[in-house]
Amino acid sequence: MNIALLLEMAAEAAPDRIGLVCDGKRWTYADLLAAARGAFELIEESGCSHVALLDESSEAAVIALFGAALAGVPYCPLNYRLPDQDLRALLGRIAPALIVGDEERISRLSGDTGHAIFSREEFTQKVQETAPAASDREYDPGEGIAVQLFTSGTTAAPKAAILRHSNLMSYILGAVEFASAEETDAALVSVPPYHIAGISALMSSIYAQRRIVMLPNFAPKAWVKLAVSEKVTNAFVVPTMLSRIVESLAPGEHTELSSLRAVAYGGGKMPLELIRKALDLMPHTGFTNAYGLTETSSTVALLGPDDHREAHAADDPKVSARLTSVGKPLPTIELEIRDEEGRVLPTGQPGEIYVRGDQVSGEYKERSALDAQGWFPTRDAGYLDEEGYLFLSGRADDVIVRGGENISPGEIEDVLLTYPAVADACAVAVPSAEWGEGIGIAVVVREGHPAPGEDDLKKLIRSRLRSSRVPDKVLFLKELPYNEMGKLLRREVKTLLAG
Amino acid sequence: MKPGTRLKSAACDTEVMVIRSGSGAIECGGAPMGEAKPAEAAPLSAEFSGGTLMGKRYVDADGAFELLCVKPGKGSLAVDGKALVTKDAKPLPASD
Repeated sequence: MNIALLLEMAAEAAPDRIGLVCDGKRWTYADLLAAARGAFELIEESGCSHVALLDESSEAAVIALFGAALAGVPYCPLNYRLPDQDLRALLGRIAPALIVGDEERISRLSGDTGHAIFSREEFTQKVQETAPAASDREYDPGEGIAVQLFTSGTTAAPKAAILRHSNLMSYILGAVEFASAEETDAALVSVPPYHIAGISALMSSIYAQRRIVMLPNFAPKAWVKLAVSEKVTNAFVVPTMLSRIVESLAPGEHTELSSLRAVAYGGGKMPLELIRKALDLMPHTGFTNAYGLTETSSTVALLGPDDHREAHAADDPKVSARLTSVGKPLPTIELEIRDEEGRVLPTGQPGEIYVRGDQVSGEYKERSALDAQGWFPTRDAGYLDEEGYLFLSGRADDVIVRGGENISPGEIEDVLLTYPAVADACAVAVPSAEWGEGIGIAVVVREGHPAPGEDDLKKLIRSRLRSSRVPDKVLFLKELPYNEMGKLLRREVKTLLAG
Repeated sequence: MKPGTRLKSAACDTEVMVIRSGSGAIECGGAPMGEAKPAEAAPLSAEFSGGTLMGKRYVDADGAFELLCVKPGKGSLAVDGKALVTKDAKPLPASD
């Protein structure tokens, strides 16, 4: 079950249809398949063990992904934002690789490790010139690894998460209907190629035959410009991108985005205020919140457009709260909330999220994290409401254990964010002689508002939650540290609070 | 039959990929499908000539078999003479 089948089917059904637009160049499905077959020849010739990409998004990402799949070699896009020392270690772990991208940096960091290095231009040129040696090439049956992604490694050395062809194919076949897109449909892809959402977006769009419009380097103005000029109908963004897009829109400019039918978001917590603003600003756009992890081949739960509109308009607090939920599990996914002993918890009780399904790999190069029954512990904390909507409350590792009581940072942050003068907030564990762990909060004051006093914030939390949630330490910051994908870097907040 | 196996029709152009399979003979156009095309084409049975559609998934009543049509043809799919039907899943909103 090779993921290359997705491209082969698109090329068989609609060879001349435009599948990809990048930097003004347009590629048909037949072009892309021919290039992937050319890449197969290069990969075979090189004898490499991995195909890597150290580059922004471009046609090379599509060609390398499917070329590697045809050759049965794992595709391993690397984070070009990593510092030299970290990247050097990763380059060592995938040797010998065929690597596309920043030639100078790759050669400087990898020394004599036997990599075959191509610049993007050289790779793209070569794969188009290299015709398959024989017309009846035997391609890989797809029983092995399709994609290898290094996790961000916030706590230890990055782990190599493995996605098999079977995992990715289950996800796509279960979530996407073949050729379901109109010929006028276009998806704007602006997440980096080394992110799972950047990979699944390519596969989903190709299988649906939705033209991919690539924005290699996200900037809000460029995003809007491209969305308008290419009449984009679908887009995936992380919350920080949406925030910057909304801020950058000139009065009335949102009307130019009238073709934008669907915006999906994920990869980090969406501020309630921001999604409400976006829903108001784009009344004809359907918003979808997607929850997933690298280890689950992307989306496992989603909150669809109707749920968004219903929650946004609702007076019932239970319904309106769903705007902060990640929706319901996909029909092909089983999901449970469990306590620390692995016991399944009843509705409403927070615990660790476990998922199971064919798309769930839960596998690292070194070991599998699946339990004996095939369940994957996500390390995300959350709970289900009565209707089965899933709410996230942070990473299980972020839970603050104060005097034996488990406190999720999310509940404190949500209360702080209801305070008009608070623009952003983060709660973390701080060392406490009395309780083992105490609560520290970092707060960003909204522009134009007077800074609240520490006591005001403590009083607020005491009045809304229990006294055990009252912070021991309060820190005011100009802004909270986020990574480029909009993930809050709690470790850094911890360090700041400890300092 | 292993998931991922590609089967060809002996009676038409249809090709399928096995997603899931139980025990029984997978047929198209009234003739058993195989990994290779037979030298001589089988006749297309009138009873199984409804045609296959590219990208559609076909299932049996018990849910033991699931086939993805990767190349369409004139024959229609069956297991041990029992016709398969298309799997109609509720479409999900695009999430990536």
